[in-house]
Amino acid sequence: MYAVVGKSLTKYYKNLKALDSVTFSISAGECFGFLGANGAGKTTLMSMIYGFIMPTSGEIEVLGKKLQKSNLPEIKAKIGVVPQDNNLDPDLSVLENLLVYSRYFDIRKKDAFNRAKNLLKFVGLYEWSNANVRKLSGGMKRKLIFIRGLINDPDLLILDEPTTGLDPRSRKQIWNLIESLKHSGKTIILTTHYMEEAEKLCDKIAMMNKGKILLIDTPENLSIKFGGNLEKVYFEMTED
Amino acid sequence: MNFKRALRVWQRNATVYKKLYRSSIALNFFEPMFYFLALGIGLGGFIKEINGLTYLQFIAPGIVMSSAMYAACYECTYGTYVRMEYQKTFDAILATPILFEEVIMGELLWGTTKSLIYGTIILIVMLFFGLVNNFEVLLLLFYLIFCGLIFSSLSLIATALVPGIESFNYFYTLFLTPLFLFSGIFFPLEEMPSLLKSVFQFNPLFHLVNISRTLFYVGINGFVLYESIYLILFLLFIMPLPFLLLKRRYLL
Repeated sequence: MYAVVGKSLTKYYKNLKALDSVTFSISAGECFGFLGANGAGKTTLMSMIYGFIMPTSGEIEVLGKKLQKSNLPEIKAKIGVVPQDNNLDPDLSVLENLLVYSRYFDIRKKDAFNRAKNLLKFVGLYEWSNANVRKLSGGMKRKLIFIRGLINDPDLLILDEPTTGLDPRSRKQIWNLIESLKHSGKTIILTTHYMEEAEKLCDKIAMMNKGKILLIDTPENLSIKFGGNLEKVYFEMTED
Repeated sequence: MNFKRALRVWQRNATVYKKLYRSSIALNFFEPMFYFLALGIGLGGFIKEINGLTYLQFIAPGIVMSSAMYAACYECTYGTYVRMEYQKTFDAILATPILFEEVIMGELLWGTTKSLIYGTIILIVMLFFGLVNNFEVLLLLFYLIFCGLIFSSLSLIATALVPGIESFNYFYTLFLTPLFLFSGIFFPLEEMPSLLKSVFQFNPLFHLVNISRTLFYVGINGFVLYESIYLILFLLFIMPLPFLLLKRRYLL
């Protein structure tokens, strides 16, 4: 059973080719990483999985259904997205951010409140419930965006560079969150440009460069195949 | 388009407004009141009457409409632009089951709500001035919604077309200000040269002001219904445009 299947996905922005015939499949329950430098096409691909960007050509299947406009709301209801940019509501408090977001999923107020409370405890932000989000540090904002993506208890979680720009302690905390979610059976897709992160968290890694997937394998196989650490493999693969 | 999901977007804006309205309500309230008092009392001292109305009576119905117009415009230009480009609120919402056209519909309905809120506030003030002696003026609430839909749509079109937030100055100065001044709020357009007069027949605010004034002092009649037809046609013509143009701006 696959959670996501991409078949020859290609995306042009005007004349710029952002994705070049990308094919992959992600099994349910897997933690799948897309590793690549800035501009490799990772975010474009993530946006395609939740229907924000439509491919110029190719097909994408998410949670067993071919993605198209008619079933987009139904599919998106089962996805959690943690975007790269901070798009929290700056005028609302920490708790309000979660509650307003839960309404988009049509979650009942009482359920949403309980869920928000548990998620805030889960990441240690409960004491900050009524604080304005402007008051939060970068790491705390990241954590809030992270749990906002969990408010609908998604089957598929998309993490777009979840730790970029964080200090080592905050990064460690986010890693722990991802580790604990892996045991819950959710399918997790993450993008990163840190080899260490991909190696530590992912069951499978797809290396991307210039809109293409160069290879897909487990971190162990990659190490064996190339007889070294992933970083070395990465630099060899992406040489100009 | 699912209406319930569009209302979720409306609801988000309402939640934020409920928190912040104290800091913005004055702006939308005082500006029309300054016009009303300065011109109505100041200029009104020199003008005997227009079509049997004192000058204060003459301009009051138009001030109600124009404040509704500006409320929708501020919301769907600066407000929508900030949500779309700076706060990335659209990005956040589009990662949930809500679709793009539902976001735009939510914005449109929210701009319309702002028209209704501010138009109603000014209308209540006019009631306190004892300017209305007609129960049918309550029908005006329905036309404030009309006003909101029309000017929210026009503003969202501007939002889809501006290269940056500074460019809204053009929209306000070159588009809205002439609509405001040549809408028949401050003087009857009958005295204008016939060319200008026919140009401003296209001004939706002109027809809204006509309706407002009639409801204030006469009540519902054939003229109000006749003017409504123009507004319905105008609205049907422009309402699809924000959806098409914003989609082109945002998703490509």
